Amino acid sequence: MTEKTAITLTINGRDHAIEVEPRRILADAIREDCGQTGTHLGCEHGVCGACTVIVDGEPVRSCLMFAVQAEGKKIRTVEGLAQGDKLHPMQQAFMNYHGLQCGFCTPGFLMLGVGVLEREPDICDEELLDVLSSNLCRCTGYQNIIKAVRAAAKEMRGL
Amino acid sequence: MSGRDHTKGSGTTWVGRPIRRFEDPALVSGRGRFTADLPATHHLRFVRSPVAAGKIGRIAAPDGAQLITAADLEGVKSIVPMLHKFNYRPVGQPVLASDAVRFVGEPIAAVVAASSAAAEDMAERVDLEIEEATPVIDARAALAVGAPRIHAEAPGNVILEGKFKSPDFDTAWKGASKIVKLEARSRRQNATPIEARGGHAACDAATGRVTLICATQMPHLMRTAIADVLGMPEADLRVIAPDVGGGFGQKMSLASEYIVLVWLARKLKSSVAWSEDRRENLIASFHSRDQYVTLEGAFDKTARLIALKADVVANVGAYSCFPTTCGIEPLMAMAEMPGPYDVQHYECQARGVLTNTCTMAPYRGVSRPVITFALERLMDKAAAAFAIDPVDIRRRNLIDKFPYTSAIGLEYDVGSYRETLEMAVKAIDLPAFRARQQQERSKGRHLGIGFATFSERTGYGSPAFAARGMDITPGWETVILTVDPSGFVEARIGASPHGQGLRTTLAQIIADEIGVTPDVIKVVHGDTDHTPYGWGTFASRSLVISGGATLIAARKVRAKLIKIASTMLEAAEGDIILADGVAKIAGTDRVIPIARLAREAYTQTHRFKGEIEPGLIETGTYDPPGTFSNACHVAIVEVDADTGRVVVERYVVAEDAGRLINPMIAEGQVHGGIAQGIGNALLEEIIYDENGSILTANLADYMPPTAREIPPIELHHIETPSVNSITKAKGLGEGGTIGAPAAVLNAINDALAPFGAQIDEMPATPQRIRAALRALGKAA
Repeated sequence: MTEKTAITLTINGRDHAIEVEPRRILADAIREDCGQTGTHLGCEHGVCGACTVIVDGEPVRSCLMFAVQAEGKKIRTVEGLAQGDKLHPMQQAFMNYHGLQCGFCTPGFLMLGVGVLEREPDICDEELLDVLSSNLCRCTGYQNIIKAVRAAAKEMRGL
Repeated sequence: MSGRDHTKGSGTTWVGRPIRRFEDPALVSGRGRFTADLPATHHLRFVRSPVAAGKIGRIAAPDGAQLITAADLEGVKSIVPMLHKFNYRPVGQPVLASDAVRFVGEPIAAVVAASSAAAEDMAERVDLEIEEATPVIDARAALAVGAPRIHAEAPGNVILEGKFKSPDFDTAWKGASKIVKLEARSRRQNATPIEARGGHAACDAATGRVTLICATQMPHLMRTAIADVLGMPEADLRVIAPDVGGGFGQKMSLASEYIVLVWLARKLKSSVAWSEDRRENLIASFHSRDQYVTLEGAFDKTARLIALKADVVANVGAYSCFPTTCGIEPLMAMAEMPGPYDVQHYECQARGVLTNTCTMAPYRGVSRPVITFALERLMDKAAAAFAIDPVDIRRRNLIDKFPYTSAIGLEYDVGSYRETLEMAVKAIDLPAFRARQQQERSKGRHLGIGFATFSERTGYGSPAFAARGMDITPGWETVILTVDPSGFVEARIGASPHGQGLRTTLAQIIADEIGVTPDVIKVVHGDTDHTPYGWGTFASRSLVISGGATLIAARKVRAKLIKIASTMLEAAEGDIILADGVAKIAGTDRVIPIARLAREAYTQTHRFKGEIEPGLIETGTYDPPGTFSNACHVAIVEVDADTGRVVVERYVVAEDAGRLINPMIAEGQVHGGIAQGIGNALLEEIIYDENGSILTANLADYMPPTAREIPPIELHHIETPSVNSITKAKGLGEGGTIGAPAAVLNAINDALAPFGAQIDEMPATPQRIRAALRALGKAA
């Protein structure tokens, strides 16, 4: 449709030199141009939050950001959470507390939780609930997601 | 509850333990493999009807566009789902609309391009000429004399009609002391899995064989159905359900989009992908629940329900879904209507009505969320009419003797309706709530409590489906269980889980039976090349039926392991114990690893002198009659009379799903069901305007609940083992969704009681609550 622009996206510390149309959303660039398919797309309207990634320390919906806007920023996705074989406390907590069923919304919730807790480690339960209500899950009824994120918050504070 | 490690002490069982799921490590690491993750050479975008009714004229493609229309699909059949009972009128759905269009979103053409963005750009430039006709959107309007006819084959737009009347009904009816009537309305909903649908078809140019990877709940039947429609051998088609991001019924029906994908992959000898976007999912995937239910209950002077009369009008949309047909909602309503109540006189008329709306298909709970809502509202209204407590009227009417045969002839195996009711009443502390309700009312706060008791028929075998006259009669499941020469175990199953945790629960069942740890057991599903034919995962069936088949196969493997061990250890079979990865002679310290037995089964067969067949591969098939789970849900809500806003403050469940294989997973299923039920009760609605256009085409408008709308859920369990399930487990995937709308609506009505306002429509949105109050002049 339009000419492509050469950009470099830095995802989980690795540079990806890609060419994208200016209209290309970050989520599509991450998934299709950089091959990191752990980030999922649930609505492309910015409502469900399945595509949440961390950009320069902030959780963002990667369907509402253009890839070209992310150039020069540090992007973190679910693939970058674990340290080798050691899962991030948030990933471990989601497993321990059965915070996922089909697993489709999970990467978005993990990045939302990690992003918020890194920024605000002492966030209170009520505010955390507000934050978690930014993403949609259709399987879990949120009960165990809330438990998992609260448990991970404790663990992360202890690190 | 937090999941535990995969270790246990000797002498305990794996079944019943909340072990962590084997599914999870990949899913939390971004290593799940979903359909849309696969690259493809070609991408499809569907051109969909912008109007609800009309005749297609010209379809003009822009220069350079590769466009597929019905005219291209020569030899491709229509989808014609079939029922052999209930005056069903078979109507066909062309894979791409060829002449008429019948709902907004119906696929008319497909554009092929090198990327999905390019296909979307091109699709927007396709020029459609459609001669518009007057649509009919509402089911009652479609029944009216002179309403436009949706299909020539279905006069009066009635596609099926079920009728039942018990003998002596009229006599019983005349003996009533009070008749209580209820007009209930359930608006239209969408199952809304967070992963929308999608497919990827790739043709092997050398063999012509196509592999379709798609977000389906029933890969084997998709293969059968697509091969039928395309007139190709099933052997030339492999269907894979990879990781699937939720289904809730929406992904069990045959999507015409998948047929186009397979057809095109064969034509291009290449790979073609389609990812449904959220708008398409909301307007054109499958809808559900759109029903009118009118109930009349005849009660004797002690508030015992002696006769029940029901009229169900289900808006089935523009076509009938495959494989269940659109009979699924009205016919299940008719069959299961009296629910948990002991009433032997029953009359029902249940009709499926065609309209110019998106096709209806099963959605979690199927009809029971609506009939439970109606029945439970009826009970509360009757309680008010008799001036007794809602709990009391349930005590007087719940079934308490088993087995119980319903008026229509359903056999309830076991249940604990009264016990779960009492458990829930105790947990919620009803007297304390009533006191607080009084206090708060005096301060202008309107709290309400609502009860829902219900039965949840699960694990339907083939006789249950056959009773509906389904041309495709699902029911049984097969499992092939292999212990390989390295001692690892593989269970290949026909069920197709997509979040239910079967890789874990089936491993727990096998582990107990053959004495190994679950971590050496791999459950393989969702691939027609690697799994036995089966019906997939829907209708709260998998753990009951596939779990039963797993147990049967595991018992055979166990018998063979014991035989081999007995030969090798030179001990009587009755003295061999399989546990902790070894076969042991009871009362001795003589053991042999199970892995070693497996190796011998393949490599030392000469030692068995022809008495034991080589290898360690066994098959189990299970086709149960079906079993009933049950529960009592209690919701406490606060209604803001000024704004109509409802907040669910507390939610208590007492439920009985028989033996819980993995309580952590069981509770997760109930939580998720309740959240969907609360969404159905308060928020979620697909709204059509009078022209048949959808006003709720994104998630911000459709509004599935978030973490803010779902209160903490308190669960209590009773485990009444089922005699109709060899694992003693009953299904529970749908119960949450079945009970929640009724409990929440009853609670809202309890809160509004001082105003005299009633809401018998779901979702009970702020607008509807305000309208009900305004109608009484009690709110500005």
